[in-house]
Formats: sequence, structure tokens, C-alpha cells
Amino acid sequence: MNHRYRLCMKTCFQTETKRMAEITIRDAIRQAIDEEMTRDERVFLIGEEVAEYNGAYKVSRGLLEKYGDMRIKDTPITELGFTGLGVGAALAGLRPIVEWMTFNFALLALDQVINNAAKMRYMSGGQFSCPIVFRGPNGPAEYLSSQHSQALQSFFVHIPGLKVVAPSTAYDAKGLIKSAIRDNNPVVVLESELAYGWKGEVPEEEYLVPFGKADVKREGKDVSIIVHGKPLRMVLEAADILATEGISVEVVDLRSLSPLDEETIEQTVQKTNRAVVVDESWPMCSVGSHVVSVISQRCFFDLDAPVALISSEHVPMPYNHTLELAAQPTVEKIVNAAKQVCYK
Amino acid sequence: MAYSIQKDKETLGEVLRKMLLIRVFEERSAQLYGLRKIGGFCHLYSGQEAVAMGTISATDPSKDYILTSYRDHGHALGLGMDPGAVMAELYGKETGCSKGKGGSMHLFDVEKKFFGGNGIVGGQIPVAIGTAFKQRYLNETGVTLCFFGDGAIHQGAFHESINLAKIWQLPVLFIVENNEYGMGTAVSRVSSITEYEKKAAGYGLPGYLVDGMDYFDVYTKTSKAVERARKEHEACIMHVKTYRYRGHSMSDPAKYRSKDELQAYKEKDPIQQLFKHMVKEKMTTKKAYETLEEEIKEIVESAVTFSEESNEPPISSLYEDVFSD
Repeated sequence: MNHRYRLCMKTCFQTETKRMAEITIRDAIRQAIDEEMTRDERVFLIGEEVAEYNGAYKVSRGLLEKYGDMRIKDTPITELGFTGLGVGAALAGLRPIVEWMTFNFALLALDQVINNAAKMRYMSGGQFSCPIVFRGPNGPAEYLSSQHSQALQSFFVHIPGLKVVAPSTAYDAKGLIKSAIRDNNPVVVLESELAYGWKGEVPEEEYLVPFGKADVKREGKDVSIIVHGKPLRMVLEAADILATEGISVEVVDLRSLSPLDEETIEQTVQKTNRAVVVDESWPMCSVGSHVVSVISQRCFFDLDAPVALISSEHVPMPYNHTLELAAQPTVEKIVNAAKQVCYK
Repeated sequence: MAYSIQKDKETLGEVLRKMLLIRVFEERSAQLYGLRKIGGFCHLYSGQEAVAMGTISATDPSKDYILTSYRDHGHALGLGMDPGAVMAELYGKETGCSKGKGGSMHLFDVEKKFFGGNGIVGGQIPVAIGTAFKQRYLNETGVTLCFFGDGAIHQGAFHESINLAKIWQLPVLFIVENNEYGMGTAVSRVSSITEYEKKAAGYGLPGYLVDGMDYFDVYTKTSKAVERARKEHEACIMHVKTYRYRGHSMSDPAKYRSKDELQAYKEKDPIQQLFKHMVKEKMTTKKAYETLEEEIKEIVESAVTFSEESNEPPISSLYEDVFSD
């Protein structure tokens, strides 16, 4: 059962009058940062437009007034520079949160993430810790063409020494980001521009969402759909449609991409014997293709049909809306794939 | 001279000792590389000793951070890291300072605030403004010394970092060890200007030209720059003209430069310059120097013996130190 509902039930039983607030993912992320900055003075937020502008997507609204300009730092447009500054500050004992305005711009900073943040502990024989969070919107939004629409999780998941998470609900966003800030390692948090406004229930009391734990967002028995990040909504919509056609879908939200919860993947496929993997990035060497390989290795004899992978098409993203939608996973593609693996 | 050198016999004796240690260590490393005891890339510091010692002896090891590139043996030894732990790291042994996982290019000592040892040209520069940022964030009085070669000054990482150092008043010294060649490419072939100290003006910061073969010039100018960084949080560029006696790395025969050029620099050898000064000031003698040289050779030989006798890291260590708890 989904953690959010489990917690909701628990809260309802404890105090009937106490209800969970419904907030946006944007506000959930801000609450996480705000609470952790209050908890630990070593935590600071750095990035383009995070302070006076309140964040390009308003995630950090109000934090400059609360914490001042030493802890909420506006930077020049210098991704490599301020990302590396964060790495050095983390190695020296601070706990930076580096906001990339989008992950497309993070490509300019990859040297610092891959060569320094991910490797300093190992190369030094365990002398350093690098407690740093890299976060911002990843993946396509709308009408942004090729350079601003990339889902780049594979780049980070591929690298040992990095942890990577992809929240797609307000509950998970808050809990995972709080865990990320408290983690003593570099953590990459993949957010989504289109999902910042999505609302979800978040309890008032403090909680953390641990890394390495997938979440079953919907239970079912006929086919498993395994997804992470923004396409979760599409998958839940597809599951509703499929239910009307008599196909019961189990929806597994990976949440944590590295470490990956292979046990939950195995359990769900053993239960349903059929799997569709959905990933909005490109198909080659992707999280989706890796999940397919995990299923083929761990569940080969459980499968009643070949595993389907619904990814973006292997093309740069076009500007035209009809074309850009055709390039990405859609509810229709997911529904059809689920029917296909059920031979319906 | 605007500022005087107040250095006593003991201090200079220690500097000379460390410069000699670096030289002997590096020449022995070259032999061991030839014997395949040391693998991979190995970038030697012979000829540049006055840069490491002139700068490090002007810092406060209790609060100042040091970062450098892959040509890092000199800084590590200059900071007082154990020659055995450094040599064992070159050997890849479990007793190495990085447990055999870093090698020649990745020497670190977190206790001594020595943050490496970076293998990507210019990769340490943004990290260095991060340690300087931490010093400002916590209102510490420490400064950060960031060393890099002439090859790194054209990287975007440098220009992004020096801009941030200026706008946020970060106490960092950008120390360009200009040894005339970025691998096999002469600086004049790739630099818009070769007077690197002038680049500081573009960022509203001071730049200093330093004779890297002269310990005293390095020391006095670093002391001044450290003081300004400590008190006024002012960064700077120190353009230190130096020379490496060997190729870029052990696999480079350095055929791109003339023997005459090498010889001309060897005549300005930093160790001999310091030694001659000390003789002139009656701080040492030729005999004392020979004794010191023997003593250093013994230290380096024990480092080699220690490395030879140390264990290979266990296979189980492959999975250790990927993540912190």
C-alpha cells in the first residue's frame, strides 16, 4: 500500500479532527528546505535566481527574507563555478543545496558532479564526505524544443558515488528532499517543471522518505507498470482506463533510482507476471532499459509476456506541440502496451 | 624591497630540507616508474620545489586549505605528509594515504586540510572557492591556496571561479605554476597574453608576478597575499614562473624543448639558490648539506621499503568508501 495513504490512515485513526494539508510539490520542496535550514545552520541554498527572484519556479519563495543572503545565494550564470563551489563547501563541512534552473544547464556542471562530488570519498580512501544536494527540474515541459526538454537521469544514475531520487508526489518530494539534505553523500533530486503545481497530501508532523524504497502507488494483479517521476500521473490515468476494460494494474513508483529497489520490482512482477516500464527519457542505456534488464535477470521464469518499454522516441525534442507529444510516453501508448503484454 | 625577509636558520633549514626531500623523492619515483613499481600517470615536481615551499611556509596549517592538480607530490610532502604514505600511494598499496585508490594524482590529507590531488585540468579551482566560501560562511580567518598549471588558466572553471571569488570576497589565492608548457604545448602558442598576473585586472583583483625559482620571492609575495586574503578577503592571481625538469608526465620525453633551455633553468635551481643564500648567511655548510642529503635519501629509501613491504589492498576494499554512512 502506498505510504501516503498508509500515513493518512494512521493520522486519521490517531486524531480524527487532524487532517493532512494538501499542498503543491513546489511548496513541499520549500517546506523541506526550510525545515532543514532551520534544523542545521550548515545548510545553504545556492543557484541562479534563488534569492531575490524567489526561484525561477518559485520554490525558494520567502527564504531570502528568512535566512539572509549568506544562506540563500544568488549566483551569476556560472553552473560549473557554483556547482564546484558547493562541492568544495561540502567537502569542508557545509551542507549545500545546489539548485540548477534546469537539468539541461547542469550539463555545464557535470565535471564537478561526476569527477569531484561522486569520487572524492573513494579517491581519498574514505577521508572525505560530500554532503550535497543537486536539484531542479528535469525532463520535458512544453514548447521548449530540444535543448530545454531533456530527461537526463541516465547521466547521473550511471555514476557510482551518486544517489538519485525522482519524487512525483508532494509527500515523496518533501520526504525525499529532507532525506537528501541529511544524507552525507551527493544526492541528485530530479524534479519536474510541470509537476511543481501538482497537489498532494502532506502530514504536518515531520517525516522522512528513505532512499532505495519504491512505493506501490496502486495495487493490482494483472500487469505491473513501473515508472518514476512525472509520468506517474499518466500511468495512474492509464490504470483507471485499463480497469474499465477489466485489466487490474499494479503501479510501482521507483522514487529512488540509485539505489534501486530491485526487490520491489521482483515482487510485483512475480505477482502479476507481466510488466510495462515507463520512462520519459530516451530508451538507450536508460533507467527504463535497466529496469527491463533487472526484470529479465530476476524474473525470467515468472514472465508471461515480453516486457514492454515505453520511453521517449530516440530523437531530439521538437518544438511543435503535436510532434513533442508524439515523442513522449502518452496515456494511450501506456494503455496499449499494457494490453499488449496481457495479449488483449 | 617593500617587505623584508625575517627568516631564521631553523625555519630556512626546514624549508631546504623539504625542498630536498621533494627532489630526492621525485627522482626516486622516476626510477621506480621505470621499474614499473609505479603505474599510470606520474607527474613529477622536480624544479618547482620553491613554489610549494615558498607558499606553504607562508600559510597557517591549522586553518588554511591547499588544493592542487595532479602534479601534487611536492605539495603533499611540503605540507608534511609522511613520505611512506605518499610513496605507498604511488605503489597503490593499502597503506597509501588514499588506501591505494587514488594513486599519484590523488593524494589527500584531510587533517592537514590538503584537498588534493585533482586529475582534471582546472577541476580543483571551483572546489577551492568552495573551501574559501566555507571559511567566510563560518567567519573563519583561514585562506585557501589554489594551485594549478598554466594549462588550466584557459579553462572556464578558472574564469567562473575568480569571478565568484571577487563578487563574494572569498579568501583564495589563485596560484598559477607556469612551467612554460601545458603538456607539450608552449604557453605562447595558446595564451592570449602570457603575463597571467594581468588577467586579475579583468576581475578587479591584484595580480603578482613571482619568480618561482627563488624561494624568497615566492615566500614574501605569498605572505603579503595571504595577509590581504585573511584580513581583507581579497583574492589574487599569483603568476609564478617556474620550470619542470622532467616531461609533463613520466611518459613524456619532452622533446618539444631544447637542452639549452632546460640547462638555463637548472642554473637557477631553486634548491641551490636557497643553499647558496644560507651558506652566504652562514646558516649552513657544504658538509652539512651533504649530511642532509644522505639523511633525506635514507628517508626516501625507508619510504620505498615501507611501500615494497606493504600489502596490496584486499579485493573487499573495492566496495568500501563509495558512500559515507
